[in-house]
Amino acid sequence: MTTPTKEALFEYVLRMGDNSLVLGHRLSEWCGHGPELEEDIALTNIALDLIGQARLLLAYAGEIEGKDRSEDDLAYLRDGMDYKNLLIVEQPNQDYSYTIVRQFLYDAFNFELYSRLLESKDQHLASIAAKALKETSYHRRHSAQWIVRLGDGTQMSHEKVQQALDELWMYTGEMFDMDEVDEGMLEAGIGVDLEAIRHHWDEHVNAVLEEATLERPQDAWMMSGGKAGKHSEHLGYILADLQYLQRAYPGAAW
Amino acid sequence: MTQHGWPLFEVFIRSKSGLSHKHAGSLHAADAEMALLNARDIYTRRKEGVSIWVVESKAITASDPHDKDSLFEPADDKIYRHPTFYSIPDEVKNI
Repeated sequence: MTTPTKEALFEYVLRMGDNSLVLGHRLSEWCGHGPELEEDIALTNIALDLIGQARLLLAYAGEIEGKDRSEDDLAYLRDGMDYKNLLIVEQPNQDYSYTIVRQFLYDAFNFELYSRLLESKDQHLASIAAKALKETSYHRRHSAQWIVRLGDGTQMSHEKVQQALDELWMYTGEMFDMDEVDEGMLEAGIGVDLEAIRHHWDEHVNAVLEEATLERPQDAWMMSGGKAGKHSEHLGYILADLQYLQRAYPGAAW
Repeated sequence: MTQHGWPLFEVFIRSKSGLSHKHAGSLHAADAEMALLNARDIYTRRKEGVSIWVVESKAITASDPHDKDSLFEPADDKIYRHPTFYSIPDEVKNI
């Protein structure tokens, strides 16, 4: 058992916070545009859960860093290369099938992650996980139910959701990549063994895809880089939208 | 039915243990399971409930307002059916 550096712990918590913030922002783009009123509310509810998780995580990251940066400073005043979210969460909404597939793949991962973090030696992180897991369990159920209905729905819904699955599959590998930060956190009993949760993710994803009559894409080349700050062009647009106010009117409050 | 053909569901919420489910409203959903999830998002966002029932609106048979006189008025002059002659202790709630 080793004690991790402050920098590594900051990085670890920041990545989780960024995942929640970016995906929460993506889902919030559906507000007022949902395919049905009921789903509009469901998606924005999930967006709010994720942004709530981002607040807890970013506030904690700022505390660990000790440079007097608040959750707002971290959210609104960092450039793209300093964002450490997974590439999957920044992918555009496109249509409902795409949004639901992205959510399904990520919820399944996030559920396993938070489940393991309950036992983290870092008490603060474990308590955030305990709160977030309840929300995430619901997100996972909601997106899985939709995958089954779209996959095993009409011919058109089946084709669209299969295509979204095929296109997003290359972003799933990054979720389980262990880099130095992950290794260090695992060693310290704080972080999660991503290789070990992959098996559980597979089980859930396979079972849902089977029920949905969808074909699991072959594992081929996987995109990665988000954790190291190398992002797709999409993140820039998200940040322009998210950060505009604080960049144009620094310190604005109401 | 909506233009997409989603059926209408009626939502009943139990606000706390011991109370009965009360009609909260209605919503459209692809099927009963999705109606349950949507009902959670629409009707329990502010801690309104501990249990949800959903039922397809078409499964409900309703009385006709025109039958009001024959159905309900005969009870008006039978006050002996009301337990209004008993005093209820303050401790007893929800009656």
